[in-house]
Amino acid sequence: MSDTTHTGPVLAADGTPLKRSLRRALRAQKLRALALIAPLLIFVLLTFIAPIADMLFRSVENQIVGRTLPMTVEELRDWDGEGTPADSVYRALYFDLFLAAEGKEHTKLGSRLNYEESGISSMFRTTGRDVDNIGKVYQKAIEKVNPAFGEGAFWYDMMSGGQGAEGNETLLSNQIGRLEGLESKTFKGDIGFVPGAEIYKILPNATRAYTAFAAFTVFMDEDVVAEEDPWEAVYPALLLDLREPATMAALAGYQGPGAQELRDLAAQADTLPPVDLKAALVESNEDWLRTEYWEVIKTYSPPYTTGYFLNAIDMEKTTDGIALRADDERIYGILFKRTMFMSMVITFSCIALGYPVAWIMSNLPARSANLLMILVLLPFWTSLLVRTSAWKIMLQQQGVINDVLVWLGLVADESRLVMINNQFGTIVAMTHILLPFMILPMYSVMQTIPQTYLRAAKSLGANNWTAFWRVYFPQSVPGIGAGSILVFILAIGYYITPEIVGGTTGTFISNRIAYHISTSLNWGLGAALGSILLAVVMVLYYAYDKIVGIDNVKLG
Amino acid sequence: MKLTKTLLATTALTVAAGTAVTAQDMADSMTLVSWGGAYQASQVKAYAEPYLAANPGVTITWDESSAEAVAKLRAMNEAGNVTWDLVDAVASDSMRLCDEGLAMELDHDEVLAAAPDGTSASDDFGDLLVSDCFVPQIVYSTTFGYRTDLLPEGVEPPSSICDVFDLAKYPGKRALQKRPIDNLEWALYCDGVAKDDIYPTLGTDAGVNQALAKLGTIKDQVVWWSAGAETPQLLADGEVFMGSTYNGRLFSAIAEQNQPIAMMWDMQSFDLDGWIVPAGLPADRKARVMDFLKFATDTQRLADQAAYISYGPARDSSASLVGKHADLGIDMAPHMPTDPANAGNVHIYDYEWWADNRDDLNAKFQAWLAQ
Repeated sequence: MSDTTHTGPVLAADGTPLKRSLRRALRAQKLRALALIAPLLIFVLLTFIAPIADMLFRSVENQIVGRTLPMTVEELRDWDGEGTPADSVYRALYFDLFLAAEGKEHTKLGSRLNYEESGISSMFRTTGRDVDNIGKVYQKAIEKVNPAFGEGAFWYDMMSGGQGAEGNETLLSNQIGRLEGLESKTFKGDIGFVPGAEIYKILPNATRAYTAFAAFTVFMDEDVVAEEDPWEAVYPALLLDLREPATMAALAGYQGPGAQELRDLAAQADTLPPVDLKAALVESNEDWLRTEYWEVIKTYSPPYTTGYFLNAIDMEKTTDGIALRADDERIYGILFKRTMFMSMVITFSCIALGYPVAWIMSNLPARSANLLMILVLLPFWTSLLVRTSAWKIMLQQQGVINDVLVWLGLVADESRLVMINNQFGTIVAMTHILLPFMILPMYSVMQTIPQTYLRAAKSLGANNWTAFWRVYFPQSVPGIGAGSILVFILAIGYYITPEIVGGTTGTFISNRIAYHISTSLNWGLGAALGSILLAVVMVLYYAYDKIVGIDNVKLG
Repeated sequence: MKLTKTLLATTALTVAAGTAVTAQDMADSMTLVSWGGAYQASQVKAYAEPYLAANPGVTITWDESSAEAVAKLRAMNEAGNVTWDLVDAVASDSMRLCDEGLAMELDHDEVLAAAPDGTSASDDFGDLLVSDCFVPQIVYSTTFGYRTDLLPEGVEPPSSICDVFDLAKYPGKRALQKRPIDNLEWALYCDGVAKDDIYPTLGTDAGVNQALAKLGTIKDQVVWWSAGAETPQLLADGEVFMGSTYNGRLFSAIAEQNQPIAMMWDMQSFDLDGWIVPAGLPADRKARVMDFLKFATDTQRLADQAAYISYGPARDSSASLVGKHADLGIDMAPHMPTDPANAGNVHIYDYEWWADNRDDLNAKFQAWLAQ
């Protein structure tokens, strides 16, 4: 009798422990099940969850400032927010803006920052047009001294340090990285140019500007660096370098290509126009002197921001911290409250109107119940726009209802009721449109409640009301719960009906979201508003689960 | 980034479902985006049909998405899959698309046909070339129509924009567009601000408050519309006494549907509608679109469009070629917003100013509406 005394794990026929073999069998089954639902899972993930997640991510994403103006943001870090920033900031801004304008990215940044402060978009637009001309002044002056500086090949030799010279790969990859950030792309491959290490030490600004030009020429214009004349921006950069006191001494010992030309040019540097990029930018648009614009650039320079969320709750970011918006600009708070309130009113009207209908339907013989069911479903199958427009005709002042009331003499012709383009109109139209979503789950739950319960209650002495309230109603609550959740969640996201019949007092938060997505293009703010709405729904769902219990919801 | 792109590609696919164009060696199909309705019909008749007759084998697909063009184009661009070849947009949208790098910058003299007398395209279009990406087709205006039969007895018909604000003389509801543009300017103008001072005034907080206060005097009598078809319906039903909308909509209510409505052209707000070419089209599609664009915006074609809808052609040289309505046979010139009799006192809305201030003023305007 060895198996009665055996204390080890139970073994399967092949000698492996039964537990493990069972688990293996189950795992295979689970994998098969997973493989079966995989197409749906991937489909939902790719077309639904991921785009929504991506959209919500935009509510905090703010990399555009740092990517378009990397050097400016760096220089601006030390600015205390008083007056205008230092000259070095303007200098960085010029070089940043030049590259951005070549890539036509500066206007994007302008419209982004314009959401925070009016007028910034035209500041970027006008100056973006002028950056070429700012550099031209210096280009002309330098070429007048020595025409060689106007030639692409000469520049290429000078900046690469000639054949076999030691190159500065770090600078090159930095500039390519800057371009990648600006264009949100990745660039790979040899650009046929490496900035010379020695010349970079002597002429840092010019070499950097030229390297940026070289990277842009290869990747964006798809041209060859050595054959192209450099951008206007390298000329003020060169002059800035030559004005540095140390440059003269460094040049004296320099032997690379263009050394003599550079020494000659440096000797005449005093006759060339002074490099005042701040003055040039301000001349292009004097708004560059405005402290509040610089504050906006500084406040929004980090790659992630809470700014959109703050805007969505009527607050704003300032350099002094977070503050409430001015009275006449607060709108989202009102709209959120209104959306919640009206959705609840609509849900309750749906319960009040739908409950008797569902009750009658579940108590009628099948034939008449089906007829009623068609009447419920018929509007459900009609286009949403048609139903909404029909309410317009019904409710307007010269509409059907008012005409009947006037004809009956209940209302004077001059004082026809205003029933549309306000909250009333929205509530009526949306209650009608959402009613089937309430009736259907209620009906399917009520159908399962046996008639005998009511009769039993009555035979035990309950009156009609008690029998209904104590016996029937509690059993129908899961249907009410399911219908309410459906109707409420649909209602707070409604957009087209409030837009058409809501006038000014009946519009929802979704109308603003739609405006920001399709008209103002402020997707960040739209995403923030949407995230808040999503969060509110989840909180309400959680509360519902705690109070009523989500197990009590039944769709049938 | 790559992940984002794939994700957005799926979104854009859903957005642009059914309009996908497969690239061929020399694109013989293109997708044009317009507004639908009578306006798109006029473009089909005046531009597309003659072009197709001259270029057999080409197919044109129309997409009625212009109202959401800016957002959709941005989504397509981020997904790296632009399926549209030519998009009809209003001037302010074209500027935004240009700023966002979503529309291609054009050299107007190079890509557009010169006028028959040799005037260059940029001179022929003149000031209407408000953006480097924009090729204007028509001048339309937002102006007022009023019910002739609801006019109080013994009162002359409204003839000034300020009659909109005069509830004592012209009682009844008004329909205004649910946006700050035009409404704030009209309010200031009727509050005694000189035309040249409107935008400087509106640039200050006090000016905005002044405009809103003036609008506030009629606020409870205003029905706010957001779709151009609403005002003609409100007028036809007698819901409002007067209302603003696009002049072509009023023309069709008056001339084609014989409603008791009349036009009031004072301080009509000029606006432009035209084409933009999406940025980054492949060479073959771009070549086809440029060919079409040159054809569809020449002097004769723009004048032809006026036979179907009462919007003024954007070229100077087209004005004299405007003929009669294709079905009704009435002279179209007197119904054009640009006709000298109608354009006595016009409001030229400042695109650049609004591009800067739209977000801010819209927030204020919406907050004011909600109060």
